[in-house]
Amino acid sequence: MSRIKVKVKEKDLNTIKEICKSFNNEQGELINVLHKTQEHFGYLPAEIQEVVAQELEMSVAKVYGVVTFYSFFTMKPKGKFPISICTGTACYVRGAENVLAEFKRQLNIEVGETTEDGKFSLSCLRCVGACGLAPVVLVGEKTYGRVSPEGVKDILAEYNDK
Amino acid sequence: MEKVKLTIDNKLIEVEKGTTIYKAAKQLGIDIPVLCYMNLEDLGIENKPGGCRICVVEVEGRRNLAPSCSTDCAEGMVVNTHSIRVINARRTVMEFILSDHPKDCLTCAKSGNCELQDMAVKLGIREIPGQEYAAMSTYKMDFSPSLIRELDKCIMCRRCEMMCNDFQTVGALSAFKRGFEAAVGPAFEMDIEDSTCTYCGQCVAVCPTGALTEKDHTREVINALSDPTKTVIVQTAPAVRAALGEEFGLKPGTLVTGKMVAALRRLGFNYVFDTDFAADLTIMEEGTELLGRLTKHLNGDKEVKLPILTSCCPAWVNFFEHNFPDMKEIPSTARSPQQMFGAIAKTYFADKIKVKREDLVVISIMPCLAKKYEAQRDEFKVDGNPDVDFSLSTRELAHLIKQANLDFKSLPDEDFDKPLGESTGAAVIFGVTGGVIEAAVRTAYELQTGKKLERVEFEQLRGMESIRKATIDFNGTPINIGIAHGLGNARKLLEDIKAGKSEFHAIEIMACPGGCIGGGGQPLHHSDSSILKARTKAIFAEDEAKVLRKSHENPYIIKLYEEFLGKPMSEKAHHLLHTHYFDKSGKIEIS
Repeated sequence: MSRIKVKVKEKDLNTIKEICKSFNNEQGELINVLHKTQEHFGYLPAEIQEVVAQELEMSVAKVYGVVTFYSFFTMKPKGKFPISICTGTACYVRGAENVLAEFKRQLNIEVGETTEDGKFSLSCLRCVGACGLAPVVLVGEKTYGRVSPEGVKDILAEYNDK
Repeated sequence: MEKVKLTIDNKLIEVEKGTTIYKAAKQLGIDIPVLCYMNLEDLGIENKPGGCRICVVEVEGRRNLAPSCSTDCAEGMVVNTHSIRVINARRTVMEFILSDHPKDCLTCAKSGNCELQDMAVKLGIREIPGQEYAAMSTYKMDFSPSLIRELDKCIMCRRCEMMCNDFQTVGALSAFKRGFEAAVGPAFEMDIEDSTCTYCGQCVAVCPTGALTEKDHTREVINALSDPTKTVIVQTAPAVRAALGEEFGLKPGTLVTGKMVAALRRLGFNYVFDTDFAADLTIMEEGTELLGRLTKHLNGDKEVKLPILTSCCPAWVNFFEHNFPDMKEIPSTARSPQQMFGAIAKTYFADKIKVKREDLVVISIMPCLAKKYEAQRDEFKVDGNPDVDFSLSTRELAHLIKQANLDFKSLPDEDFDKPLGESTGAAVIFGVTGGVIEAAVRTAYELQTGKKLERVEFEQLRGMESIRKATIDFNGTPINIGIAHGLGNARKLLEDIKAGKSEFHAIEIMACPGGCIGGGGQPLHHSDSSILKARTKAIFAEDEAKVLRKSHENPYIIKLYEEFLGKPMSEKAHHLLHTHYFDKSGKIEIS
């Protein structure tokens, strides 16, 4: 805990408590707890990290250390449709950088940011194991293969009315 | 114990299995350079993340170089600590570390006393290739009442993290982020002031660079000394005299009490007094409080709070205010010696010399950084004027002395001024772990039993073990005493009290390893624990050399009560010498 007073909704507090409890409140399960918590809330803001730290009886500084070490964890809310561009070796060689640049241009956001309407967020990841389809882009759970900068517009259009 | 034989730099050696290459080499007189590694032997404090890679050595038959600090010796191993491959690798590692390190050595607070700088000198670094590719981090500096953090200078040795988490169990610091941005700090990069930091200063004591330093108050002191309208007085804590000499090249453990007094007088202080006087006063108040609670307890009073906990250590006070606020009625209400001194100086003494409170400036010289925070607590101010205006560390005093062109080693030995400079041996030992409780026992025993102590030394209370227990016979009544140094050890005793398992009547707690002699404001020990032991010896030597060794025999303390305070725990004493504690724990609230 830090000395700052933290406010959390009762429902959220109970959810985090339950997640921690499902891992026996073990400190060694911190990464799993954070995974589950992020899955539920979409991101890991400071208040949530404070509660996790309290439940696992560890310092919030350590929790923050883990959250900022792994790129999977985020402290900012992701968009309704999180876009992940694979920049692993195969995708990179086949032009992932240009695809990423096109997404940035069309959405007008940087990697790690979310569009103002909360619809899209942009992140990079390393290899989804579909190198044969390189370059690969994920939107939510859906995978797009052999994406070209020209195809970016069409992908985004699919989510126009959603 | 199983042994293994190996060769290091062509020298054969046999060591116990489990010994690291670094330690084995040391036995052979081979000093492998280390940066992140740190070991305070006999105190159970070791940092070996194997992260910096400065200590790499070549092991025949092994593909890559081995970090000697964290690689165990094996039978038949052939180790080379300075082959061309090792020398080149070590240099490359150092160049990488320096590539994103600020280059402001000339003006850095750590300059001249920096392990990173020393390493660059040792390795003969003359240029730093690759700087143009390094992305320097740009953290803002964090100023707190006690310490300053400059994270761009962090080299991720993680010594501070180990002290804060493993030794102190404070948990204010953790490593975060990665790559060029990696650093150590509180959660969410909040200011240290908003974290659970106790200001013990142990992070500063072990930091090998300028990333963690004390808040420097020497400028404020020089300004006060050169203001003709002010009367400036100084008090010096017991542990300072046992360590200050190190800053001037004297052997660790050299007592420099007389020279320190002479230096302070030459710096222009109007009166040179001793915190030891206030330590004697602390014993009068705290000892009386202890006896009061004990008597009630022995008479069957179930309401009385026991054990009583000492309250001299400001980092410890911060620790329980953050972590055990529900137990804040247990510690003694006695203020620390620094604050008792300030309160008496700005009332009793100010009246005596007919100086108005606001024209009297009280400076303290402390082995401690938490004292800086303590001095500015609101409850120790009268109409905004603090009882202690500024607190300097031992290191800052050394800077002042050097700036004043004083040749410290050739100064004569001089005595403290009266009346607030007189003290007993009991006060001196406040500087080491177990000392406060030993001083309290010397007085409490005589006051309780009415008998004279034949022998004032209580060997059973001394030592370096992290938690010590002893039972002292008070004329047929056994009094159980506990001692802990290091807040992690204190936490164990507190958990026991919380669980109703504690059998102690009184517990002494000090935050720093070895007590104040190992404080965060002392000359840097550079992970040599023999220095702490030498300082401890010096403190006990000063105690032994004193004619008076029990606080209640200090004639000036007796006079202070006669002329001013009345008796211990009187209304006036309560007002000036006691305090109360606050709940400073964080809370998770439902919104």
